[in-house]
Amino acid sequence: MKPASFNYHSPSTLEEAITLLARFAEDDGRILAGGQSLTPTMAFRLARPGHLIDINNIEDIKAVLVKKDKLVIGAGVRHAKFHEPVCDGPLGLLLSRVVENIAHLPIRLRGTFCGSLAHADPASEWCAVAATLDAKLIAKSTSGEREIEAQDFFETVMTTALKENEMLVEVHLPLLPTNTKFGFEEFSRRAGDFALTMALVVWEENGGKIKNARIGLGGVEDRPRRILAAEEILNNAVPSDEVFRKAAEIAADNVDPIEDHATPANYRRDLVKALTRRACEQASM
Amino acid sequence: MEKHDIKLTINGKVYDVSVEPRRTLVDVIRDQCGQTGTHSGCEHGVCGACTVLLDGDPVRSCLMFGVQANGKEIRTVEGLAEGKNLHPLQQAFTDNHALQCGYCTPGFLMLAAGVLEKNPDISDEELVDALSSNLCRCTGYANIITAVKAAAEQMRAG
Repeated sequence: MKPASFNYHSPSTLEEAITLLARFAEDDGRILAGGQSLTPTMAFRLARPGHLIDINNIEDIKAVLVKKDKLVIGAGVRHAKFHEPVCDGPLGLLLSRVVENIAHLPIRLRGTFCGSLAHADPASEWCAVAATLDAKLIAKSTSGEREIEAQDFFETVMTTALKENEMLVEVHLPLLPTNTKFGFEEFSRRAGDFALTMALVVWEENGGKIKNARIGLGGVEDRPRRILAAEEILNNAVPSDEVFRKAAEIAADNVDPIEDHATPANYRRDLVKALTRRACEQASM
Repeated sequence: MEKHDIKLTINGKVYDVSVEPRRTLVDVIRDQCGQTGTHSGCEHGVCGACTVLLDGDPVRSCLMFGVQANGKEIRTVEGLAEGKNLHPLQQAFTDNHALQCGYCTPGFLMLAAGVLEKNPDISDEELVDALSSNLCRCTGYANIITAVKAAAEQMRAG
C-alpha cells in the first residue's frame, strides 16, 4: 500500500509542465492534479509512474471563466469550486447539482474537474457531464494544441484519446439557454461511493414541448455516452409520465452494461430504466 | 530517487524534513515529524482516518504526497486541545461516547473541526453528509453525529 518510487517535479507555469511532460513521457511521466484517483492507483501499484509533474503550484490554471457561449474550466479547478454555481443560468445550477454526488467533501476539496476527465473512470460524474453536453477538451503538448470532442475522448475504462505527451489543459462546456431543464440521478451503495449508474437528462422546453433532448449515462458501460435512441423519444414530445417511461425503457434496451462480481448486467440495466425516468421527472419539475 | 527538503508547519511548529517523493503526507507526519496522533487506515482514500487540515481544508493525508505540503499549514489532532483543556469536539466525543476503539477518532475530529470552522451554522442534513466522508468500523455513527452536533452548539455559544 505504499507507492513505488518516482521523481517529483513542481513547475510553476503551464509551459514548464508541458515541457517536463514531453521530456518524461517515455518514462511514464504523468500529470499530478488533485491526486484523489492517481494516488490510490499508485498505492495499489496499478500505476508506477517514473515521474510526477505536480500542477498544483500553477496559479493561472485555477480559474473558471465564461468566454462568449462557453464555460472554460482550467486544469487546476477543484470539484469544490462548483458547490456554488460558477456561472449564471442553468449550466451553473446543473454543475452544482452534480457535484454533490462526487465522493466526499475532503475529496472534493482536492480533486479536479479536468483530472477526473483525464482519469476517465466510467463512474465519474464529470465524465458523464462532459459526454452529455458534448464538451470540448483541449489537449496541449510541446507540438501544439488540439481540441477533442468528448465522444472521441473517452475510449474505454480509464483510457482516453490523450497522448502520453499531452496534458488536458482546459474543458469547454456550452452555456445552456435559459429555457433549459435538467435532472440528474445516481445510485451508489453507500453515500459518496462510486456510482453504479447515473443519468443526466437535459432539454430545452419550447411551446410546452421538449427540444434538443440529451440523455447521458455514466457508470453503466465502459465509458459515458449519450443514448440517442432514447433522446428521440423525448424530442418534440410534451413532457409526460408515459413519454419518460418510454424513453427510460429505450435507454435500458440500448446499453451494454459492464459487470462485476456483485452486479450483473441486468442490475445496471434496471438502474438505467429507473434513474433515466427519475431524471426526466426531475427535469420536468 | 531524489529527496526533497521541505518545510511543514504542523500545529504551528515548523519541521524541516528531507522526504522521498513517494512518501504520503500521513507517513511524513507520523514517521518523520513524529506526530502519531494522525492515524493511517486504508491508505487509499476510503476511510478518512488520516484526515488533517491543510490550510484549513479537511483532506485525506494518504491522498497527498508529503512533498506537496511544502510550505503549507497543517493541523492535526494534537493541535486541538489547549494545554489540558480539551477542544469542544474532543469533550463532546468523550461526553457522548463517540469513540469506541478510537481508531477513526482523530480523522473524525479533524473532519468535524474543518467543517464547523467553515460553516458554524451547518444544517443537520449537511452535517450528516459531511460526516459520511469517514468510516467508523465500530459503526458508532449515531454517537459521532450527536457529539459533533453538541460541539457545534457549544462552539456557536463561544
